Amino acid sequence: MNDPLLAISLVWLFVFIYAILGSVDFGAGFWSMFYTRKRDTQAGSIANRFLSPTWEVTNVFLVLLVVSLVGFFPAAIYTFGMALLIPGSLVLILLTIRSAFMVFHYSVQRFRDTLDLVSGVTGVLIPALLVSILPILAGGFIDPDTHMLQVGKLFTSPVTYAYLAFGLASELFLSATFLADYSREADDESTYQVFRKHAVRLGPFTLLTAVLTTLLMGQEAVWLREHLLDQRLWFILSSLCFFIGYLSLFWRPRDGNKARGIPRLAFTLFIAQYALASFAYGRAHLPYLVYPYLTVEGSITNPEMLRYLLISFMIGMAILVPGFYYFWRLFLKDKRYLHQQ
Amino acid sequence: MDELTIARSLFGSSLAFHIIFATLGVGLPFMILISEIIYQVTGDRDYTLMAKRWTKAQAILLGVAIPSGTIVGVQLSLLWPRFMEVVGEVIALPFQIELFAFFIEALFMSIYVYAADRLSPVSRIASVFLVALGGGASAVLITSANAWMNTPTGFETSDGQITNVQPMQAFFNPSFPSAALHVLVSAWMTGAFVIAGLAAWRLLRRKQGYREVRYHQKALMMSLAVGGIMSLATAWNGHAAGQVLYEYQPEKLAAAEGHFETQAYAPLALGGVVDLEKGELVGAIKIPWMLSFLADNRFDAVVKGLNDFPRENWPPFYVHTLFNLMVGIGTLLMILSLVSWIIKWRRRHREALPRWLLWILSSTGILSMLAIEFGWIFTCSGRQPWTVYHYQRTAESVTRATGLGLWFVLFISLYILLFIGTILVMRSYFKRHPLQDEWKQIQAHPTERRW
Repeated sequence: MNDPLLAISLVWLFVFIYAILGSVDFGAGFWSMFYTRKRDTQAGSIANRFLSPTWEVTNVFLVLLVVSLVGFFPAAIYTFGMALLIPGSLVLILLTIRSAFMVFHYSVQRFRDTLDLVSGVTGVLIPALLVSILPILAGGFIDPDTHMLQVGKLFTSPVTYAYLAFGLASELFLSATFLADYSREADDESTYQVFRKHAVRLGPFTLLTAVLTTLLMGQEAVWLREHLLDQRLWFILSSLCFFIGYLSLFWRPRDGNKARGIPRLAFTLFIAQYALASFAYGRAHLPYLVYPYLTVEGSITNPEMLRYLLISFMIGMAILVPGFYYFWRLFLKDKRYLHQQ
Repeated sequence: MDELTIARSLFGSSLAFHIIFATLGVGLPFMILISEIIYQVTGDRDYTLMAKRWTKAQAILLGVAIPSGTIVGVQLSLLWPRFMEVVGEVIALPFQIELFAFFIEALFMSIYVYAADRLSPVSRIASVFLVALGGGASAVLITSANAWMNTPTGFETSDGQITNVQPMQAFFNPSFPSAALHVLVSAWMTGAFVIAGLAAWRLLRRKQGYREVRYHQKALMMSLAVGGIMSLATAWNGHAAGQVLYEYQPEKLAAAEGHFETQAYAPLALGGVVDLEKGELVGAIKIPWMLSFLADNRFDAVVKGLNDFPRENWPPFYVHTLFNLMVGIGTLLMILSLVSWIIKWRRRHREALPRWLLWILSSTGILSMLAIEFGWIFTCSGRQPWTVYHYQRTAESVTRATGLGLWFVLFISLYILLFIGTILVMRSYFKRHPLQDEWKQIQAHPTERRW
């Protein structure tokens, strides 16, 4: 693998990790709002229990993404900065309001309803804005003269809405499956049932919107659709993961007292599904970072810097992985945390 | 206002806002760590209580520090894309490593805040140590990038192209050691004085129990000790930072001093305003020979004046006032801690410091925070008109996008909202968790393991 390909693969990996973590994080915010009025279920509080300690860590992945893009592809920053000024700034404002409210709420145990509203609404808006970056990068929405984003064109184009529908459906689908698994880990079968139901309903919808997006893509980015069709094999594998995962939501677990479905298996397979599909999308997007202005080859940093960046990544990850493991044990595994009322 | 001015105002506001929380994010964990250690030494439960309460405050601050840091990080690329191109080519390394420090800070802060009740004392102190380490390392790493903007090294240019990049040379650029140490010790100083200020303010209340007075007294004297030592360290190291200016950024030193004529035996100017018509500093107190001596440890050192530099490269002159204010506050804080400790030592048998002194001390938190702000504005404005000294002008680095005014208004409103929110939440939290309640809890669970 040559240098630019290695670098873009790393960036892809960060995008993917943030997409999954972000889906679960923002989705949990949405579900927490959705169930805030229905005090008879634990769904809202389960979502919140997961959210409190994790959002800070999820947020760091967003910064990691931006920093690695600057480090690996400095020549791309001008185009990115110009094109993403508006969605980027909006995301920053919403993200700040959301984070501040989460901490404020945890500290004083007040503004519960405001918090639920804020984290629910931003839990939909932020992912929507982030997903809207995909059609921008695929081309057709950047003014060739000024390099600025044509906001009006972006938000009147049907393909943008197809992307949005696909993105939001995926977010809610993934977070529902995750929270189903989290509820089972907390031995809360009734909440499990609630989230399983959502996962079952949303599953087919994600597939449908994905197909719709590919169909509408031809309006602005024919090149990308053609490239995507070349990646058929990956998409077939991805769909296979989805079908098995989806079926596993109906299988009976070994423990006869539990309800239908094996959420851990389902969630794992759905992650594999999205990994395969987004890998294929990434491959199809090559050689362009931003169509038609920037290619991966043309934006890569100098070899000396790249070498140092890669070394620092390896050292950093070696230090961090035990930290992540400890964190995971404390908040996603420890029964004392999962079972608190 | 033109777009460049708006971009500078917007980014400057973002930084000025973030720096409050970032500085406390370095300073407070340091104080928490010290009080946890003092508890281990003395066995006085008041010190764990301080650690616990400051952690709560820190958790609230972190809720603003993390997103405001995210804003600064992303806004760099959005507002200064041409600058970030250069950053990516030459000085990407500290940004990258900073992220890992940020990760460590966020991970262990979550652990320390949300899992404190499930941790052993050793893991708890280890966690807060890692939070302090992560915060401190972040500050040092980001300062490396900022120092590089002042003294850019580690690359060559030919035909406007960057060549022969040496990432390590860029990382360890000439002003990095002094600047990083300056940021670190001044943040520890500020964390200490913010606590000293609050404790003094609490002590001014007339109606409170003996135990509360003792508690605030301990917090006050401890933070004055840390703050005094750190302000001394800041001043000593600031001197080294000044000598770096003399060697590498003579325009900035000249502007900081309002110094126009190149000369040996140059005087140090305190106060005064620059009169651009006459090209001199008016109304300043001048200490003969002192500037030469401070710049190079010799009275006959030749200090370059602004008249030796082309006018379009002159920094703005308000940096002279900012510089004086920063140094003045630092000196004042140093004297105040010393005076307080002397009075405390002489009045051994009486408990409180005199009220007039408490009144003055209650302002030290705000004063030290102002000194931090003045210092950052000084170093960044003093670098103007350059983004990267003698390589890239600020006007070249800014985005070509228009309509920044709207964002300026939105972000300023956001900062005001968050600032008010933070204060309200702090007040509300500490009102609902008074000291008496905490002591009752301690009485209910009197044993706290020590290591």
